[in-house]
Amino acid sequence: MAALPQGATASAWGGLARLLDTPRKRGFAIAVVLTAMVVAPFMLGPYATVILTNALLYVVLALGLNIVVGYAGLLDLGFAAFFAVGAYTVGITTLHFGLNFWLALPLAIFFAIIAGVIIGTPTLRLRSDYLAIVTLGFGEIVRISARNLRETGGASGLIGIDSPWILGWHIETPLDFYFVFCVLAILAVLASARLVNSRLGRAWLYVRHDEDAAEAMGIDRVKVKLAAYIVGAIYGAIAGAFFAANLGAISPESFSFQQSVLILMAVILGGMGKIPGVVLGAFIVILAPELLRDVGDLRLLIFAVGLLLIMLFRPSGIWPAGGRK
Amino acid sequence: MSLLELKGVSLSFAGSKVLQEVDFDVPAGAVVSLIGPNGAGKTSLFNCITGFYKPQRGSIKVDGVETMRMKPHQVTRLGIARTFQNVRLFREMSVLENVMSGMHCRTSAGVIEAILRLPAQRREEAAIHDYSVECLRFVGIEDGWHRDAGTLPYGWQRRVEIARALATQPKLLLLDEPAAGLTAGEKQDLIGLIGRIRDERGVAVLLIEHDTGLVMRISERISVLDHGVMIAEGTVKEIQTNPRVIEAYLGVEEGEAELAG
Amino acid sequence: MTVFDIFTHQLVNGIVLGSFYALVALGYTMVFGVVKLLNFAHGDLYMVGGFAGFLILSVLAPFLGTGWLGVAISMLFAMLAVGFLGVVIQRVAYAPMLAAPRLSILITALAVSLVLQNAVLAMTKGQYQPFGANFGFGGVNLGNLFISYNQMVLVGTAGVLMLGLELFVSRTQYGRAMRAISVDKDMCRLMGINVNAVIAVTFFLGSALAAAAGTMAGAYYGSLWYFMGFLIGLKAFTAAVIGGIGSIPGAMLGGLILGLLESFGTQLPGVGSGWKDVFSFSVLILVLVFKPTGLLGKPEQERM
Repeated sequence: MAALPQGATASAWGGLARLLDTPRKRGFAIAVVLTAMVVAPFMLGPYATVILTNALLYVVLALGLNIVVGYAGLLDLGFAAFFAVGAYTVGITTLHFGLNFWLALPLAIFFAIIAGVIIGTPTLRLRSDYLAIVTLGFGEIVRISARNLRETGGASGLIGIDSPWILGWHIETPLDFYFVFCVLAILAVLASARLVNSRLGRAWLYVRHDEDAAEAMGIDRVKVKLAAYIVGAIYGAIAGAFFAANLGAISPESFSFQQSVLILMAVILGGMGKIPGVVLGAFIVILAPELLRDVGDLRLLIFAVGLLLIMLFRPSGIWPAGGRK
Repeated sequence: MSLLELKGVSLSFAGSKVLQEVDFDVPAGAVVSLIGPNGAGKTSLFNCITGFYKPQRGSIKVDGVETMRMKPHQVTRLGIARTFQNVRLFREMSVLENVMSGMHCRTSAGVIEAILRLPAQRREEAAIHDYSVECLRFVGIEDGWHRDAGTLPYGWQRRVEIARALATQPKLLLLDEPAAGLTAGEKQDLIGLIGRIRDERGVAVLLIEHDTGLVMRISERISVLDHGVMIAEGTVKEIQTNPRVIEAYLGVEEGEAELAG
Repeated sequence: MTVFDIFTHQLVNGIVLGSFYALVALGYTMVFGVVKLLNFAHGDLYMVGGFAGFLILSVLAPFLGTGWLGVAISMLFAMLAVGFLGVVIQRVAYAPMLAAPRLSILITALAVSLVLQNAVLAMTKGQYQPFGANFGFGGVNLGNLFISYNQMVLVGTAGVLMLGLELFVSRTQYGRAMRAISVDKDMCRLMGINVNAVIAVTFFLGSALAAAAGTMAGAYYGSLWYFMGFLIGLKAFTAAVIGGIGSIPGAMLGGLILGLLESFGTQLPGVGSGWKDVFSFSVLILVLVFKPTGLLGKPEQERM
């Protein structure tokens, strides 16, 4: 493998890169994580397995939003729209047209890309405050449309979505889907790591740091931002497609502003831009409500206060920053 | 045909005229300086050339191609690179990553290539790495490439900015006050560097500079801008004895002394 | 009902709605003028204002009743309280972030909004809260058109508040300073203007107006909900953008226009009340893409 600059790698993995600095340590850590993933459902039971599956779903969603917010610096408050496009495409094509899941999946990705281009092209040149509100508006437009239209099942949504088959194996139990999401999360992590270490990933960082200087260096900032937006959309669509297959039923309320905010919290709480931080953030956002069961309604308030405190005192999230001086 | 040709360029903001009917050109491979009192419009001229400002009138051509309607990144791709008056590095990224940004417009790997790490992409990444290192060595930075660019001493940051601009493989390099804040020794190095940029890389250099001593030593040609108007153009000798220029620099005696360097 | 009847009916509706939007839009636009920030939490100050008005009314009701007088006095106290809340938020959450990258302050504003929403959610358990105002049902009949006294008082009050603001901005020292700061903040600092004090006053006024709208909305529509700030925030932002962000008359004009657009828009074939919000958001996106400076706004500065 070509000698890649240490700088970009460090910025992807944050403090983890310094902790695991030899191939042996890295190999060991990977083995531990994989073993834990395989063993967890059997050790923790079926309820925990469902929670973990949700957390892994959130890992994919948060990594997708991380590309938009953490790498390219675009505050997208309507990310759930791509999640919705993925889920509803699978729902509608499998239910109403009898399409096989594995054909519906690329279709979902295709529609997400279209959505990304439609939303992104006119709005990515706007200043960041406006972009935040416009993306929020788009998220709401998608949700309200899903709630109003007959084809999407209206307010009650779609039910009876088939679960997929692959190579003779019917993916239908929660345990099956847990492993599917494990694979998705791992793929998401690998793709994100490779992206950040690439020409495009660097371009995102340049544009986020100083748009005008980046433009002066020959980087087309609109094209680069659009690329980030579309890649994020693809992550969202894939997550949505498997989400629909897993639950078998979807409704517009899963794709609300609250959902977009929760995904954003996962990205920020863990540490914007740093992959291990985003993974941690996803787990925090999903697991904390379980651990804080008794607190009930207060848990969202606790998150919100936590977010505020982090922004005021430690804007790089709760993951130690992995800079090099 | 010159490398860069400006004809009748006029720019105004909110009623005030920043540039008026400016004619200007830079031949390929030459070192040209743009001088003038503060507020004359020199940086604005740079911004017009690089596409950040859109003049109301006139024409700007690079190698015969009209660039007035182009976005800044397109102008860079045509072969014009620049540094900024107040160094604008990507401070929280490494020195090497900063220089690598210059290579973005000369390479092409996209999303799929990046995720799949195809052999062509890996070769391209290696080439980006190697060429950036070469540019850093060219400006005299031999190590410390992984430090955050913002932690470097000021003089070194300026060099990194030049390396970054060189990485875009330009035909013309615009330097905006490259000597500001440098020590005498660093200024000597800068003179040598500019010479090598022209001789070894065949890149033309256009600089805005207030240090007239430095200007007189390296320029093949000098153009003088005052209040948005190009008042003189010529060799060092011609400019030093031009009465209009002397007058523009705060009166006759002080002007003479100033221009003598 | 003739077309004319529908027209006049929606005209009245539009003006009433527009008054709410205008009051909230003013806060957005004023704050944007002085700190160049879209206060994401502004809509939630409207919501908090409504609840504050409700709480104060419950306390004052035995003395002042729950009619117009009671509501009006409650509204004034709510304006004071939420005005101060706005200043506190500015000092605690925004002031420290002004030097940080843009993304950080936007997320902070979002965080403040979420804190406000979820605090009220926790306190009300997400239930709708009846406001408990007792207005009459009387009104005026103009042919087939019925305009209730409530509507007239509402629009009148909004008008008085907006007039008061306009006088403040054009006649007082603070008002002049506000306009100067929105043009060039650093120059104002150099000239000895106490920029921080003016910013505080701006936040106070903007928040107070939002609170007034919130209390009136609670009284007029009859109930409050922790999430009601979200939608009005977006609508008011749309109104501010239509009128030209940073322009005070623009916010008033934009509010009125949006109110009318929404009222008449729901009469278009196919656009029922379910699509009302999609209609408004689409207007927002179209305006931002095609005419981001709005009707009365100033053009953006040249790029550097």
